Amino acid sequence: MSRQFKNPILNWVEYRLPIISFIDDSVGSGYPTPKNLNYWWNFGSLAGIVLVIMLVSGIVLAMHYTANVDYAFNSIERIMRDVNYGWLIRYIHMNGGSMFFIVVYIHLFRGMYYGSYKAPRELLWMIGVIILLAMMATAFMGYVLPWGQMSFWGATVITNLFSAIPIVGDSIVTLLWGGFSVDNPTLNRFFALHYLLPFVIVGLVIIHLWALHEHKSNNPLGVDIKGEQDLIPFHPYYTIKDLYGISAFLMFFMFFVFFAPNFFGEPDNYIPADPMVTPPHIVPEWYFLPYYAILRAFTGDFIVYQVISLGGLLMSAKLAGVLAMFASILLLLFLPWLDGSKVRSSKFRPYYAMAFWVFFIDSLVLGYIGGKPAEGAFIVIGQIATAYYFAHLLVIIPILSRLERPKPIPESISAAVTAAHASKAAE
Amino acid sequence: MKMNILKSTIAALAIATVALTSASVQAAGGASKPSKQNWSFSGLFGTFDRAAAQRGFQVYQEVCASCHGMSLLSYRNLSGIGFSKDEIKAIAATVEITDGPNDEGDMFERPGIPADKFLAPFPNDKAAAASNGGKAPPDLSLMTKARYNGSDYVYALLTGYKEDAPDGVEVPEGGNYNTYFPGHIIAMAPPLSDESVEYTDGTKATLAQQASDVTTFLSWAAEPELEERKSMGIKVLLFLLVLTGMLYAVKRQVWRDQH
Repeated sequence: MSRQFKNPILNWVEYRLPIISFIDDSVGSGYPTPKNLNYWWNFGSLAGIVLVIMLVSGIVLAMHYTANVDYAFNSIERIMRDVNYGWLIRYIHMNGGSMFFIVVYIHLFRGMYYGSYKAPRELLWMIGVIILLAMMATAFMGYVLPWGQMSFWGATVITNLFSAIPIVGDSIVTLLWGGFSVDNPTLNRFFALHYLLPFVIVGLVIIHLWALHEHKSNNPLGVDIKGEQDLIPFHPYYTIKDLYGISAFLMFFMFFVFFAPNFFGEPDNYIPADPMVTPPHIVPEWYFLPYYAILRAFTGDFIVYQVISLGGLLMSAKLAGVLAMFASILLLLFLPWLDGSKVRSSKFRPYYAMAFWVFFIDSLVLGYIGGKPAEGAFIVIGQIATAYYFAHLLVIIPILSRLERPKPIPESISAAVTAAHASKAAE
Repeated sequence: MKMNILKSTIAALAIATVALTSASVQAAGGASKPSKQNWSFSGLFGTFDRAAAQRGFQVYQEVCASCHGMSLLSYRNLSGIGFSKDEIKAIAATVEITDGPNDEGDMFERPGIPADKFLAPFPNDKAAAASNGGKAPPDLSLMTKARYNGSDYVYALLTGYKEDAPDGVEVPEGGNYNTYFPGHIIAMAPPLSDESVEYTDGTKATLAQQASDVTTFLSWAAEPELEERKSMGIKVLLFLLVLTGMLYAVKRQVWRDQH
C-alpha cells in the first residue's frame, strides 16, 4: 500500500517503512470520518492529549521524587520549592489527574447517550471500560505517592477492602502491602506500578484506536455510514476541530493549575502521613466518590444487601459492598447486550434518553454522597441512588430497550444533514 | 419540548435534594466557618504584602517559633518576602546550628548561614510532645494549605479564643476554648494578645494586626511560588485565549463548505 510522494526523501522512507501513509490513514486525509460529529466527539482526542501530558509531567516528577516513607513527602515539597518550575510540573500532574477523569467521564457518557457501544463497536467500548479501570488503579496509586495523611489512610482503607474476599482475602492484602501494614514496601510497589500502568494504558489506547478505525466513529444520529457522501477526511476537518477543542480545554485545565491548584485536593494531604493519627473524614479523590458511595451503601440493613445475600447468609455486608463497587464498573462491559435496542442514538429513543439523564443525575448524587460522612439522610439517599444505579443497568435498560419503539431514523447521515440545511434555509 | 420540561424537572429535583442535605450537614457541623478575609495575596493578581509578611515573620520568630518548627523553610527563602541578602545573613546568624561530624568525627556548633533550614524548637518529635502535654505542636510550613479555608482558618483560629466557654461546655485542664477549632478545645494557649510583640516598623501591634501579619507570612511559607504562579497564569491564559480564538477562526474557515 505504499504511496508516491513528490519529495524523494518521503518516497525513500515510505518504500521501506510505509509510516507516512500509516499516519495519513490514521489521523490524516486518508481516514474518512462521519461529517456530522458534534463537539462531544472532541473528548476522545482530549483524553489522548491529557494522557500525553500526564506521561511527560510524570516522568519529570519521577526524576525528583523519592519513594521512601521517610523522604517521599519532603521530596515532593522540594519539587514544589527548589526544583526549577517544579511547582508547575507537579500542579499540572496533580490537576491533570482530575482533568483526565473529567474528560473520560464525559467521553463515556457521550458513548452511552449516542449508543456508541453497540454493534459493531462492542469491543471498542469494552476496551474503553478496561482503560477506565487501569486509569483508576493508576490514579489510586499515584495519590499514595506524596505520602500525606490522605495518601496513607486512603491506601489503608482501599487495600483493606480486599480482605473481605473469603479465604484468600487476607493473603491478597498482605501481598498488596508487602507486609502487615501500609508501609515502605507498599509505597515502593505503588510507585513502580504507577510508573508501569500508564504505558499499559498507552497500549490499551492503541487497541482502542485500532478497533475505532475498523468501523470508524459512531455519530450523533447513530446511523451506519452508507457511502462517501456521509464522510469527510479526518484532516483537515477534525484535526482543526480537535486542536480548537484542545486549546479551549487547556484554558480550563490551566485555570486550575495556576489559580486553584488545590481545588480538587484534600488539605489533609499536606500533612505528612502518620499511622497513629486517623483523619476525621477519609475521602477518596472526587473521581472515586460515586464508587465509594456504592461501597458504603451496603450496610447490614440495606434491602438490596438483604436480598442478594439471602438475608445475610451468603456474604458479609462489607464483601457485598466491595463486589457492588467493582460490579458498578464491570457491568458496563455488558452494556452492549443489556441494551437490546437496534437504534443507537438517544435522539430517536426518547424514553431511553430520559433514563440516561436520570442515570447521569444518579451518578452525580452518588458522587455527592460519597463525599459526605456516612450518617443520617446521606445513608438512605446513598442506598436509594445505589439501588437505582444497578436497577438502571440491570432492569430499566434491558426492559425499556426492548419495549421502546424508536422514532423513525434518517436514511443516512447525508440525508439528515441535507434535510436540516433545507429546513434552516426555509426559515 | 416535553423532553425539556422533564429534563429540567429532574435537574431541579436533584438540586433541591443536594441543597436540602447540605443544609442539614452544616447544622450538624462542629466548629464555626471562618469568615473570608481580604488578603493581599488572594485573587487573580494577588501578591504578598511584603511589609505584612516581614512583620508576620517577626511574630513567628518571637512567638510561634518557641513551639512550632517550619522544617521546610531555609533562611535563604526569606528573600521571597523582601529581606535583603545582608538581613538574611544577620537573621540566620542569630541561631546556633549543630553541624558535623568534622574531620575529627565530632559534632560542633556554628552560627547559622542562609542555606540552613529554620532552626527547630525541639530536637525531635518526642521532645516536642513531652514539653507540650503529650502532643507535638504541628509544623507550620504548610499550615495554610493543610486546613480547610487555609489562611482564613489560621486567622480565625488566632483571633477565635474565648476566655469564657459557652454554658454547658466543660474546658478540661490544659485546654482552651476556641470558636474555630474542630471540637472547640485546643491545647495551644492563646498565643497572641495586644502588644505581644513590638513591631520594628512602628505598626500598632493589635491582636488582629499580628494575626493578619503572621497569617500572611505563613501563607507565603506554604505557597512561596504563588506570585510567580499567578503572574505566569495570566500570561498563559491570555496566550491560550488568543490561540483558541485563532484556532476557532481557522476551524470556521476549514469547515465553511460543510455548513
